[in-house]
Amino acid sequence: MESVLALGGLVLLRDSVEWEGRSLLKALVKKSALWLIYHDLFRDPLSWSRTGEALPGGPLGALQAMCRRTDPGPFTIALDSLSWLLLHLPCTAVCQALCALSHQHSRPGGSCPAEPVRVLGLLHEELHGPGALGALSSLAQTEVTLSGAMGQASAHILSRRPRQRPAHQTQWFSILPDFSLDLQGGPPLESQPHPDPHTPPVDPTAHVTFNLHLSKKEKEAKDSLTLPFQFSSEKQQALLRPRPGQATSHIFYEPDAYDDLDQEDPDDDLDV
Amino acid sequence: MFPELNNLLNITPDRAEQGKLTLLCDAKTDGSFLVHHFLSFYLKANCKVCFVALIQSFSHYNIVGQKLGVSLTAARECGQLVFLEGLKSSVDVFFRAQAEPHPLQFLREADAGNLQPLYEFVRETLKPMDDGQAAWRCPVLLVDDLSVLLSLGLGAVAVLDFIHYCRVAVCWERKGNIVALAHDSGDGEDKENDILLNGLSHQSHLILRAEGLATGFCRDVHGQLRILWRTPSQPTAQRDGSLTYQYKIQDKSVSFFAKGMSPAVL
Repeated sequence: MESVLALGGLVLLRDSVEWEGRSLLKALVKKSALWLIYHDLFRDPLSWSRTGEALPGGPLGALQAMCRRTDPGPFTIALDSLSWLLLHLPCTAVCQALCALSHQHSRPGGSCPAEPVRVLGLLHEELHGPGALGALSSLAQTEVTLSGAMGQASAHILSRRPRQRPAHQTQWFSILPDFSLDLQGGPPLESQPHPDPHTPPVDPTAHVTFNLHLSKKEKEAKDSLTLPFQFSSEKQQALLRPRPGQATSHIFYEPDAYDDLDQEDPDDDLDV
Repeated sequence: MFPELNNLLNITPDRAEQGKLTLLCDAKTDGSFLVHHFLSFYLKANCKVCFVALIQSFSHYNIVGQKLGVSLTAARECGQLVFLEGLKSSVDVFFRAQAEPHPLQFLREADAGNLQPLYEFVRETLKPMDDGQAAWRCPVLLVDDLSVLLSLGLGAVAVLDFIHYCRVAVCWERKGNIVALAHDSGDGEDKENDILLNGLSHQSHLILRAEGLATGFCRDVHGQLRILWRTPSQPTAQRDGSLTYQYKIQDKSVSFFAKGMSPAVL
């Protein structure tokens, strides 16, 4: 899980209805943030209230304002959720804003390069088509897909480092009530139904009214029988060298006057 | 309300949770029994209920409510229940004066509208009473159902925005609850409905999904109910977060049993 926060750029947290990702987002924010600024776009994202408290430009305006930050230092932006942005804004606008955010490398006239910006975005997979998901996936440096089994959540982490092959990793984890991450070694032990050792296996042939068993002589005859289509070495030899005295089939043919026995010119039309 | 369903959800009218969005959905069956359950549950829990009923008339819910032990007429008269009867009041949209926006104003609009007037209606209905007396325990918004709004011309995003704003006003500001029913067509052809259902699922704390049996109609088992808890900090949640039971609807109650354990087959 450390690799998720090690790289800069866009980190996509893909969750589903069965395995929610908001807790992991909060846990990652807690792990990475020393100083937290909370932009409350939950209460009035569409400016329906007339109190004038809504941020100008709505959520996209707030996002674009973050692109224009001037203070140095590592910067993590957590978006809950990218799905909301994709449902309300064109995919291209969202992608452009994310691209501008995560690729801030130098400031105008900057004497020192700015620290990479890390963007943690929560994405609900079922809400979007393959186009939008593919576009965001191509922008992401790291993708964390949530799933799980037997009540235990797991994260499949795909990391893309420049000039390296993408790295896959699966991590089982749980989120504690204080939003700290508890990493687990492996999947939970599967509970298989164990057969009851005290029950003896039942013999189904025990109480039938007909005889299903073979006598010793019958068993020997059965074992020594060769099957007609089973190819053994004896059969091979028998085919290659027919035994003397064995009746083989012959064809008796008497040619009449019109038969041409010359195999060189079967149609008899060569005028050589 | 159905006591067996309360046991499965581990709630009672005295110990109702607050600040939660419960999504009811049905696939290949009728999940309206869940709506009747929560309506009677919250009335018995002494909550103020705003019921946006777009599917049936008031008398229908009243008749069923009486079987479950609540009188909607009495609740409406004493102010505990505010009932928006969609079937009747939608006609008012066309014949009423246009000075004040009607909650169902979107029916008049030619282009894709939004549900802001309906949200304002809900917020106004469930705002705290000015006299300072806490007459009711917590506000509850009940919607039957949200899928019909798609049929009436709204987009899925507009309905999701409405629920988002209701969550802000009811769940977050007033610590109340929302219960909404949405249908699942199941065949994947209705993209808008799928977006609505998935979007609602992601906003919900509890999902109750009533499904018809895969093998078809059965006289003794009417369907199965899947309960999915989405709040990770839910102390009473099962280890895998979901339970599945089969049920049979009777005249005044619904009985629940584990899969394959219907009394008719045992």
